[in-house]
Amino acid sequence: MSSTPHTIAPGEHALDHGYAHHPGGIIRWITTTNHKDIGTMYLWFSFTMFIVGGLMAMTIRAELFKPGLQIVNPEFFNSLTTLHGLIMIFGALMPGAVGFANWMIPMQIGAPDMAFARMNNWSFWLLPPAALLLILSLFVPGGAAAGGWTLYPPLTVQAGMGMDLTIFAIHIMGASSIMGSINIITTILNLRAPGMTLMKMPMLCWAWLITAYLLLAVMPVLAGAVTMLLTDRHFGTSFFNAAGGGDPVLFQHVFWFFGHPEVYIIILPAFGIISEIIPTFSRKPLFGYASMVYALSAIAILSFLVWSHHMFTTGLPTAGILFFMYATMLIAVPTGVKVFNWLATMWKGAISLEAPMLFAIGFLFLFTVGGFTGLVLAIQPIDVQFQDTYYVVAHFHYVMVAGTLFAFFGGIYYWIPKWTGHMYDEKLAKIHFWLSFIFFNITFFPMHFLGLAGMPRRIPDYAQQFADWNMIVSIGAFGFGLSNLVFLYVVVKCIRGGEKAPAKPWEGGSTLEWTLPSPAPYHTFETPPVVQ
Amino acid sequence: MKNRTGPGVVARLLRTAIALSVAVPGLAFADYEWNFQPPVSSMAVQIVGLHAYIFWICVAIFVGVFGVMFYALYRHRKSVGHQAVQFHENTLVEIVWTIIPFLILLFMAYPATKTVLAMHDTSAPDMTIKVTGYQWKWGYDYLQEGFGFYSNLATPLAQIENREPKGEHYLLEVDNPLVVPINAKVRVLVTAGDVIHSWWMPAFGVKQDAIPGFVRDTWFRADKVGIYRGQCAELCGKEHGFMPIVVEVKSKEDYAKWVDEHKSKLAAAADDPNKTWSLNDLVARGHTIFDGNCAACHQTTGAGNPALGAPALVGDKVVLGPKEHQIDVVLNGQNNGKMPPWKHLSDVDVAAVISYTRNSWGNKADQNVVQPAEVKTARK
Repeated sequence: MSSTPHTIAPGEHALDHGYAHHPGGIIRWITTTNHKDIGTMYLWFSFTMFIVGGLMAMTIRAELFKPGLQIVNPEFFNSLTTLHGLIMIFGALMPGAVGFANWMIPMQIGAPDMAFARMNNWSFWLLPPAALLLILSLFVPGGAAAGGWTLYPPLTVQAGMGMDLTIFAIHIMGASSIMGSINIITTILNLRAPGMTLMKMPMLCWAWLITAYLLLAVMPVLAGAVTMLLTDRHFGTSFFNAAGGGDPVLFQHVFWFFGHPEVYIIILPAFGIISEIIPTFSRKPLFGYASMVYALSAIAILSFLVWSHHMFTTGLPTAGILFFMYATMLIAVPTGVKVFNWLATMWKGAISLEAPMLFAIGFLFLFTVGGFTGLVLAIQPIDVQFQDTYYVVAHFHYVMVAGTLFAFFGGIYYWIPKWTGHMYDEKLAKIHFWLSFIFFNITFFPMHFLGLAGMPRRIPDYAQQFADWNMIVSIGAFGFGLSNLVFLYVVVKCIRGGEKAPAKPWEGGSTLEWTLPSPAPYHTFETPPVVQ
Repeated sequence: MKNRTGPGVVARLLRTAIALSVAVPGLAFADYEWNFQPPVSSMAVQIVGLHAYIFWICVAIFVGVFGVMFYALYRHRKSVGHQAVQFHENTLVEIVWTIIPFLILLFMAYPATKTVLAMHDTSAPDMTIKVTGYQWKWGYDYLQEGFGFYSNLATPLAQIENREPKGEHYLLEVDNPLVVPINAKVRVLVTAGDVIHSWWMPAFGVKQDAIPGFVRDTWFRADKVGIYRGQCAELCGKEHGFMPIVVEVKSKEDYAKWVDEHKSKLAAAADDPNKTWSLNDLVARGHTIFDGNCAACHQTTGAGNPALGAPALVGDKVVLGPKEHQIDVVLNGQNNGKMPPWKHLSDVDVAAVISYTRNSWGNKADQNVVQPAEVKTARK
């Protein structure tokens, strides 16, 4: 049927009229192969997991409000920190990024859908069972895994059944990611509209193309690591047991070979979103497009060469320490290039400060703070004091929350007019931004001081000299948690109604999705556009 | 700072950075909550200096870059009428802002490398100590002096459970601290008995992961007498936050005196395991052992803790049943380490704690006395 754009009245199904055989209700969502539906499911799943992980964080911060054990016992506290990490990374951030990929990549390259639409459905539906396994692990004998999200043996070999459920959940999520990556790569390489060369496609697509390759390369490595853990636990192997000829540090090498590219998997899609927002709201093209592509590639390649900086205190040989220190420091160069290019995009532009741009600027400012603390941590002698302290916790929350999460918030405000056909409430969205910005910093900035002062990670109770900052951190955390309710309100309100959004609500928008009506019809670009 | 080939500039910059750290209020060495613990070894001093140097460079770059951004936000807004200038690439500028950061990194890498090399030189130590991490205590072995002991958290449970006010060194106090002489290069061999731990002394600039089955080494030279406190720095289970490290640095004379005292104390405490103990003596001793080792899971009342999988010992069938079985459980653990092994306790301590459980909280086992000799026999 034709894809002649027509606006759909509020309340009307986005289902296209020409396809009478589309199911409705719950069956629609279970069987859909439509990238917009699947993108929506990924985003709602991501937000749900974000709330679950967030509640765990609130419990952690409630316990850490004062010295002494008040609310939870130490073992459960360790389970909370473990699940908070796993859920946020694998349940919130990664699926959220895939949600954006699903919604936006086909529309931005002028394709009707993802290359493998049915596999796309399965990629999503693997996730809720995996999440269920993780949540269920809280209720089995022995409780949930409690070795930290990094799952180091021999501690995790000691653990009960909750660890096995976690390992299975990780396998399932890995399969989902691998299938998703195959889909994204094939879509981007094969389904671009005529005239859209690789060096003409939007930066979000470049970011996801590279991220997908990273995922393909390292998710199998994680699967290997947790499978070795499983066999050490149940099938008599000794991969990580010195008495049997193995080495606990082997796990760390395999895990972090996955783990370091993983953190770039988490940030690269966010870089892509920022590269869409800043040019639009500066009313100028992205500065240095080619450099930005090279920078993404350099970051991705370098990310494979630095994993042992997570192991700086395990007793690496000196040459190894020097190599990993230098390689890690080097990543600052392409990352710096990106920051400078974003700045140059804003420079001498005609900037306006709607919510997406506020979040993008917040990203720029705070992600850079996280980047600098990463550079400090890269210096191994300094890392000797900071490893396994709250300085590291501060660092990764700055890059993952003020980095990726802020980029997601910005992206949602940016594209929700396209998805729903309504403008969101700008005033409330700005309030959401300022609440997030302020409470995020109250929560995580003092953690640098806690790390400097010597507070280790993953402890439910602490010495007196850490008490003042911990109380402030906890108050900030409660505020940050509440600010997300404002976000939920703005999103739901926008879905239900609001000022009608034109095809291009943002004056500076220049990518293909802004040529489509708002809301975008269920099927778009069934005939590819010709790109000049 | 040696100045053979290196730029004197770097040394001067480092000194300035350290001086700035002291001078700027709030960043002074003495203020625990904001900054590193005062360093008492040359490596810790180097780390503080290195951090200050990197920190101030980062601050300078940050202020420069975001100064530009805030200027753009102020002047280049549509609402103040600024028109967008449509430039979008400049190869020269890209090259410049790739090369300059790279050069800055070189300036950072040079002093960092020197410190890495110094920190890894464990040669020619004055003494060697072996540190073993356990769940959840440290073991210290003085290899030359020929003795060793365990170091447990000494903070009472009542303080942790908020029934008593917290002491000054809450969670940072132990029964037996590590003692070393001032100015001696101490080589520390670090290993573990069960899972990965990490021995961390911030004041010395030392952190070394304790990996079971492997021995790693590090070193420090303390240049000030005093008591210094650190913590385990690798998640090792539920009491990870409750196994601190305390090191007492003594003068050379005081250290020699301590070694002598300690050797004779340990000799006296090495009980004759063949001696027959009275029930009252065993129970009294067992009470102390129980409260210090078992109560964390089984509670001082013997009520147990289902959430941790620790059964109540009141009326428990192992406690009331044949003593060989309970000796086996206490020595070797059970349920895959859920009940950990306690074979590192002495024969007297194991016999005492078992006897205590069999005669407390209303328990009246048939076989209610276990002698140390029986425990010794049970060890295969």
